[in-house]
Amino acid sequence: MSVVNSPTRELIDVFARDRIALIAFWTLCALLLVAVAAPLLTPQNPYDLAQLDILDSKLAPGAKSAAGYTYWLGSDDQGRDMVSAILYGLRISLSVGIASTLAALGIGLLIGLIAARAGGWLDALIMRIVDLQLSFPSILVALVLLALAGQGVDKIIIALIVVQWAYYARTVRGTALVELRKEYVDAAVCAGYGSTRILLRHVLPNVLPPLIVVATVQVAHAIALEATLSFLGLGMPITSPSLGLLIANGYVHLLSGKYWISFFPGIALLLTIVVINLVGDQLRDALNPQLK
Amino acid sequence: MFVLRRIGQSAVALFVMSVLVFAGVYAIGNPVDILISPQADQAEIAQTIARLGLDRPLWEQYWVFLSSALSGDLGKSFAASAPAIDLILERMPATLELAFAAMVIAIVLGIPLGLLAGLKPDSWVGRSIMAGSILGFSLPTFWVGLMLIMVFSVQLGWLPTTGRGPTVDVLGIPVSFLSWDGLRHLILPAANLALFKLSLLIRLTRAGTREAMLQDYVRFARAKGVAEPNVVGVHVLRNILIPIITVAGLELGSVIAFAIVTETIFAWPGMGKLLIESINVLDRPVIVAYLLVTVFMFIMINLLVDVLYTALDPRVRLKSAR
Repeated sequence: MSVVNSPTRELIDVFARDRIALIAFWTLCALLLVAVAAPLLTPQNPYDLAQLDILDSKLAPGAKSAAGYTYWLGSDDQGRDMVSAILYGLRISLSVGIASTLAALGIGLLIGLIAARAGGWLDALIMRIVDLQLSFPSILVALVLLALAGQGVDKIIIALIVVQWAYYARTVRGTALVELRKEYVDAAVCAGYGSTRILLRHVLPNVLPPLIVVATVQVAHAIALEATLSFLGLGMPITSPSLGLLIANGYVHLLSGKYWISFFPGIALLLTIVVINLVGDQLRDALNPQLK
Repeated sequence: MFVLRRIGQSAVALFVMSVLVFAGVYAIGNPVDILISPQADQAEIAQTIARLGLDRPLWEQYWVFLSSALSGDLGKSFAASAPAIDLILERMPATLELAFAAMVIAIVLGIPLGLLAGLKPDSWVGRSIMAGSILGFSLPTFWVGLMLIMVFSVQLGWLPTTGRGPTVDVLGIPVSFLSWDGLRHLILPAANLALFKLSLLIRLTRAGTREAMLQDYVRFARAKGVAEPNVVGVHVLRNILIPIITVAGLELGSVIAFAIVTETIFAWPGMGKLLIESINVLDRPVIVAYLLVTVFMFIMINLLVDVLYTALDPRVRLKSAR
């Protein structure tokens, strides 16, 4: 190859090589868009009681409401349009997942860099804590935290941060240690730069790519975990109905054959998690130099 | 030497976890609220404070907590007014049976499917197995459980929706899988719990197989004239099986944790369902008992798997000796 592309350009090229990943990427963009624009797109605000009519409750998909519009995906026991409820739920699920992942990323990045930079006993201590935490399944750690701390949006975000930071800390430390041994770091040392500057200006940009891959997949994990906790009644409060809470609400009606109250939020959740995983997988392949 | 050091590490981990649980229960919030039933009267509160030594310094309290935990006294459940540890132990066989059943399903299906996908990665079989495993990875366990109930119990009516059904005692331990009705109750929850691990094992086996097929020993075996089924069945399988079994062992802990979800959906009377019920009514002695029992099980599983791994793979022994 005679033309040298920029790393970003190359990344996009490699990413775009896989058709399924591209479809997943655009689906993810669409999901984010409808989640952000939910109040503009939905026929009703599902949490404005004035807009709900109890006569419309538990209608099958495709039924007409008293006010005359169609419930394409049915309605729940409060007479809520499922399409509207799902879009609002998607908004909550995505924002909780993304917010907690970003916060955990920041914390893990900081701790991982400190461990790599400090070495010695501090490094050993941090890595022991990381190992200990990662030896327990995240659902157990989150359940225990919520059982002790109680419910609430803030608490579930904290729980999601606590279960995630260790992955980042480990990834960052590992990559940073590899980077610190490279020649460009020696060059920077010879140029007389301070170690903090080298860490932040030289090592950090090289540590970020693998971290972004971990973070992408972790958003899916965070969303799934939040949904599971909400389903168990320990996650989001009734006032912030995420997709998991919608599914939990439909659970009681499932046995009487009213599947749509649980089924469609589940499909939305599944779609979100699948596309995030697909994008994450392809990002990892695109960033892996061995597969080029 | 390695085994001794590993046991030492486990002991440290146990100690750290007991401090954390202690800190969670005693330091965050008021232990009087946590350990004494809200319905208790003044005399009962005073008596419990004295018994638990809540008026003594913190390190002494930890000591009392630890020694009573070691002697199996983790307080009485508020809800059932029985010792918390008894409640947990009574529910444990149900959870363990479910977890083992799920692991068996995951291993029995996961390794052959992964092998197939690894041998023919570009065929439609390999591709659909991988697509299925991505789906299995992404599907939230609780939602799959609901859908299984919807399809197999509500729509088709083939299997019971919830509960454990009759049990048969084997050496004093009640098990489900020996009677037809018990087995029918076990299928759905076990399949639900197995799905995630099945996907994981498929991925691992596939990756291991693809890597192994490129190794020199495979080429030599072929050059020697070993038939292809034997190359795969003897040479490849034997080499990839060690890491896969190790992961399967380590995942047993996580299966027990995820059983919380499955048990809640299928009303399977195990420890996990008890935990959720206890959290809902703030029955904290049971929560603490569950935690300590599970943490102990986890650390023991990790220890056992590590020791077995070293026994099976001489490379690890050499590396740790260096």
